[in-house]
Amino acid sequence: MTVLLALLLQTPPRAGGPPSPGPVATPPIYGYIPIVIFFLIAVLLPVVLLGVSRLVQRQVFEREKLMPYECGVDPIGDARDRFSVRFYIVAMLFLVFDVETIFLFPWAVIYDRLAVFGLVEMLLFIGILVVGYYYAWQKGALEWA
Amino acid sequence: MQTDFQTIATQAMQFIMPEGILTLFACAALVLDVMLPRDRKRFVAWVSLLGVGLAFASLWILYTSIVSKGTPRTAFFDMIVLDSYAVVFKSIFLIGAALSILLSIKYLEIEGEQRGEYYGLILFSVIGMMFMASSVDLLALFISLELMAVSVYILVGYFRRDKKSNEASMKYFLLGAFSSGVLLYGISMVYGLTGSTNLAKIAAALPIVASANFNPFGAAAPPDMRYLLLMSMILMAAGMFFKVAAVPFHMWAPDAYEGAPTSITAFMSVGVKAASFAMFGRLFLYGLPDLRGSLAGDPASGIPSLPGWALLLGIVSAITIVWGNLGALTQNNTKRLLAYSSISHAGYVLLGLIAGNQTGYTGFVIYLFIYTIMNLGVFGCIIALRRRGIVGDRMEDLNGLMKKAPGLTVMMTIFLLSLGGIPPTAGFIGKFYLFAGLIETGNPWLVRLAILAVLMSVVSLYYYIRFIRAMYIEGETEPQPVTLAPSLRVALVAAAILVIYIGVFPQRLIDLTQKAATSPGLKTYSYQQGATKPAEPATPPPARGMPGERDRQTATPPR
Amino acid sequence: MRISNCESRNSQSAIRNPQFVMVPLSWYLGLSALLFTIGAVGVFIKRNAITIFLCIELMLNAVNLTFVSLSGFFGDVGGQLFVFIVMTVAAAEAAVGLAIIISIFRNRESLNVDEVDTLKL
Repeated sequence: MTVLLALLLQTPPRAGGPPSPGPVATPPIYGYIPIVIFFLIAVLLPVVLLGVSRLVQRQVFEREKLMPYECGVDPIGDARDRFSVRFYIVAMLFLVFDVETIFLFPWAVIYDRLAVFGLVEMLLFIGILVVGYYYAWQKGALEWA
Repeated sequence: MQTDFQTIATQAMQFIMPEGILTLFACAALVLDVMLPRDRKRFVAWVSLLGVGLAFASLWILYTSIVSKGTPRTAFFDMIVLDSYAVVFKSIFLIGAALSILLSIKYLEIEGEQRGEYYGLILFSVIGMMFMASSVDLLALFISLELMAVSVYILVGYFRRDKKSNEASMKYFLLGAFSSGVLLYGISMVYGLTGSTNLAKIAAALPIVASANFNPFGAAAPPDMRYLLLMSMILMAAGMFFKVAAVPFHMWAPDAYEGAPTSITAFMSVGVKAASFAMFGRLFLYGLPDLRGSLAGDPASGIPSLPGWALLLGIVSAITIVWGNLGALTQNNTKRLLAYSSISHAGYVLLGLIAGNQTGYTGFVIYLFIYTIMNLGVFGCIIALRRRGIVGDRMEDLNGLMKKAPGLTVMMTIFLLSLGGIPPTAGFIGKFYLFAGLIETGNPWLVRLAILAVLMSVVSLYYYIRFIRAMYIEGETEPQPVTLAPSLRVALVAAAILVIYIGVFPQRLIDLTQKAATSPGLKTYSYQQGATKPAEPATPPPARGMPGERDRQTATPPR
Repeated sequence: MRISNCESRNSQSAIRNPQFVMVPLSWYLGLSALLFTIGAVGVFIKRNAITIFLCIELMLNAVNLTFVSLSGFFGDVGGQLFVFIVMTVAAAEAAVGLAIIISIFRNRESLNVDEVDTLKL
């Protein structure tokens, strides 16, 4: 930990070191110093707050107080309930169709250079996705019942 | 620039016509599945069969109009190449797919699982296989491998209510995904060492990277990058060994083959294996040809020379052949027995890569072609035994088959003898080329390997003859008759005729596969010079896919 | 014709991206090797199918890290393209894998791979 801190907090080399090419005068690592400070604050703050409250508090445990919080209503049943398998199916569908959009971004960036062919190709790609979507829909994967 | 781009792109679309047709039909199979009523799903099978036929026709047109004339053509910015190697492999996959679909129709009806997505998934995996055979970029190879693998994972677990099918699917999936990870890590290291994912560029960079004094950053004490290169090669080989079920990584095969629906076992044992071998060939013969022999060291500075992938493959194939054949001896479940037999066949096919000469490569391609047909035939016969209430995958189910179904028995005998490599059948031609390729090298170790392989194919006859004994000699234990559905009959008769035809008149197939084996880019290798070959200077990057690429055997002066 | 920042680059003169001066490339590669090893070891020692699958995903992401860092080091987008593909494939594999695991769970109420042993020698 201390080694890491020492590494991160070391000062930039003075001018006259190895020639640095063009605009990049200081390597980006020195940008990490605020992050290190932020990290330290993030660690210290809860430790201090919890420590202080533990020192000054008077602890009373009651049934109501130890109950799981469910929007202020008395909890019904066990919190560790089994999820319906439907959640998995919806999650799987989301995962697949969501990730496919990753390919739209690179295309969108240079679509003017790819011209009509790129558009056609992307339409084909989306067309295949739509077939998959239609299939999932008709198979009833999107219905909850 | 833009019009230029468009003409290139349009031409590229032409090159992937067979795959495009298959994609269309695969999507159609999915849509038809939800539109057709339950009792008409069989129609989807005929539609997908039509798709395979059309794809085959367009492949044939491409072959006669482009490939057979002159040089291979690349498309999609050197991702895809259209050469005879790709065409022959694609035809293997299409034949395999057509036969598998024919085998499946009746089988799925008996199982009560006739659904359109089955055929859609088969078509999708065939698309993956076809791209695997024609990709020359690690990116395209990887994504097509995964397209095939993911479709097959689902197909293996296709009987959702069958515990065995579930289990086979999970084992295959977990180990398959793991092997993809290993393969990918190897790919990433190769990318790091050579700076490219294009196989031609990798092959061009290899002589520099594989030299003992490779020192890209001018370090005072350069690390020996060859170890890193070897490690990435081993990782890639390990991933591929998983896919082809070669021995240290074969443990999924018997379970997956036994638990999967029999028609999928058949499809998997030929399609996935042939496609993985096609990719194996692309990776190692196109991408890493300079790692085959030993990597020259530098005796002056005490850097040892290191063994290349021929040694690794040699050891693996020897173990695979022995282990597969010995494992098959004790099995009583026919699907499991054939799984071990297919492991041993993977070992035989590896021999063609090791031999490294034209004969070996011809054997490599021709054996996969023949293996596809004969193995599908055997599985078709086992599917025929599936009746109401009888699974038909035990050895006893074959007892007395001669009395019940003589035609089926004769066809099964042909396929089994072919798998064993008995002369009048096609299997003999394949094994002949593989062994001849090894012996042609003249290297004493490779000749010993060939002798081992011949001995083990004698051992393999023992368990193939167990089938024959059960069918002809044993009395029948199950009175229920065996009838062949028309589609199954067509597939089996076609396969049997092909096996005999190729066995008797092999010349046409040999011509075709020799074209594939002499595709530019498949670099041959001679073991005589291999051991003492001096480190060659960096060769200029070969014009991709053009003729005149370095052919070691002809480039070095004869002794 | 691949769209890349520097077309003419060979392995001998890999461009030194200034980003890699302070945190050298070997750190990234070391981290990814470590992650890959953790994943690979996890595949062999874990017993729950979902955990094994998570370990496989860890391996894939280790590979992604390798690709991204090498791609940044070379100034070549090829590696980043590979990461896109790997991510998509991982998502497809995750969907299929979860479906398989769910169907196993429905049939036998357990995800312990040691108990999934209908098929044995």
